[in-house]
Amino acid sequence: MLRIEYAYWLIAAFLLYTGLRNLREQHGWHAAFWLVLGTLFGSGDYVLAQQATGHALPAQLAGIGVIVLALLAPRLRRHAHVEGNNAEQRLQSAIRLGHKLFVPALLIPLVTLLVALFGAHLFIAGHAVFATPQMTLTGLALACLVSLFAAARVAHAPMRDGLAEGRRLLDAIGWAALLPLLLAALGEVFTQSGVGAAIAALAGTFLPTGSAFACLLAFALGMVLFTVIMGNAFAAFPVMMAGIGLPLLIHQHGANPAILGSMGMLCGYCGTLLTPMAADFNLVPAALLELRSPYGVIRAQVWSALWILATTFMLMWLLVFR
Amino acid sequence: MNYWPLLGVAVIVVGFLLRFNPVLVVVTAAISSAMLAGFTVPALLALLGKSFVSSRMLLIFVLTLPVIGLLERAGLREHAQRWIGRLHGLTLARLLIGYLLLRQLLAMLGLTGVAGPAQTVRPLLAPMGEAAAEKILPTLSDADRDELRAMAAATDNIGRFFGEDVFIALGAVLLVQGFYAQHGIELTPLSIALWALPTAIAAFIIQSVRVWLYQRRLQRRAASARTESAS
Repeated sequence: MLRIEYAYWLIAAFLLYTGLRNLREQHGWHAAFWLVLGTLFGSGDYVLAQQATGHALPAQLAGIGVIVLALLAPRLRRHAHVEGNNAEQRLQSAIRLGHKLFVPALLIPLVTLLVALFGAHLFIAGHAVFATPQMTLTGLALACLVSLFAAARVAHAPMRDGLAEGRRLLDAIGWAALLPLLLAALGEVFTQSGVGAAIAALAGTFLPTGSAFACLLAFALGMVLFTVIMGNAFAAFPVMMAGIGLPLLIHQHGANPAILGSMGMLCGYCGTLLTPMAADFNLVPAALLELRSPYGVIRAQVWSALWILATTFMLMWLLVFR
Repeated sequence: MNYWPLLGVAVIVVGFLLRFNPVLVVVTAAISSAMLAGFTVPALLALLGKSFVSSRMLLIFVLTLPVIGLLERAGLREHAQRWIGRLHGLTLARLLIGYLLLRQLLAMLGLTGVAGPAQTVRPLLAPMGEAAAEKILPTLSDADRDELRAMAAATDNIGRFFGEDVFIALGAVLLVQGFYAQHGIELTPLSIALWALPTAIAAFIIQSVRVWLYQRRLQRRAASARTESAS
């Protein structure tokens, strides 16, 4: 039976491989970062199982691991990698392969979708092929393997080249890869620490919490505002969710979690279009295009962002309490 | 009510504003909140460790990296660029709207890196857009060119943002799912991704209308310039 834990072990193996390659190339900080992360991934199930039976030590060690990652992250510098193929070779290959190059990439969502839709009905000799928890993500991991095989066929390259190229991309992403994961963990820590309850109590003093509309509006505008301040919708999400989304909208007013989460996040994305704090998207392109105003791109996005925000909010209001 | 843990939120805001490393900022915020809530050090470490390993699904996208890396080495990016290059010769509005559509579709497949400001906007979309605009109004000022390039960059951002949310392996969908899973609400990634579709469609329509209005403004200016020179 295929379980999500296998996917975590696969990720752990890839992270450890990335760490070892960095170690061999004497990028010490990078090696340490990926090796610690790989160890956390590989031992995650053991940590959770021990925690469930009342043994806190593995979880405490994992906590120390997280702090070590945070201390290592500022030391990661993006180091230049030698491209495996030169530009001319890549262009020739692009002309030769054409749209075939999209096929393996298409296989990832396709196989995932098939597993998500039909995985529950798949049996071999009376045993379910996929375990029910996190079946979609187990399917995604499987899809990545299938697609890697297909990519190796299309590109006429051995699969280990895929590992080396994947490691190159992972090193280029660096600590940023960890951010969504840490923000999700932060949401949990915030809730356990009573941050959500405190925001909800504060909101209750000036917000008519009996009005579902007022709560939803505060949630959406809060997502935008926090995203504008922090430059990152992912960071705004756990804060607004713990404060208004979960206690007021879902528990008190019965909002649909899937719609609230998805569309709430999109409200935050509208904020990303408006803020110079999201430098990668708004300031870097302005510099790249040699605009005379660094805020030129933001100015070009303002009306689109506001209209998309208004539309998303309207849709959310119409759908979320059904 | 103990309001002190709220300082954790302030740690994030200040840390991000002062441009400290975001990973460090987030972990510091988590520790501060838990400390102010009265957690002991062992309990705090256990909470941090357990929360982290329970969110491991958020890193599943790294499994797509070997595939994308292999395809990029075989010319995926070059192919996407040549594909966009084929939009050459279209009118300004059709060029930008066509690009918007391609960018959204590629992002929905998780291919956010094959296009972007450095990959496609600067080398392809901006010059092609200027060429198309000059066909409408030959006397483009520097301010016009700035506005046009900004429009191209905006189209790229909007296409990416409102496409990637539909792909289940990227941060947004899994962050939502992970948050709910830790609070006892089990959702499938697909059910979350599906609700990003209405906004994806709305964003496509809204940006297309804005591009079209921009082209019409250029056409009107060209028309009034012609009547002036004729009189």
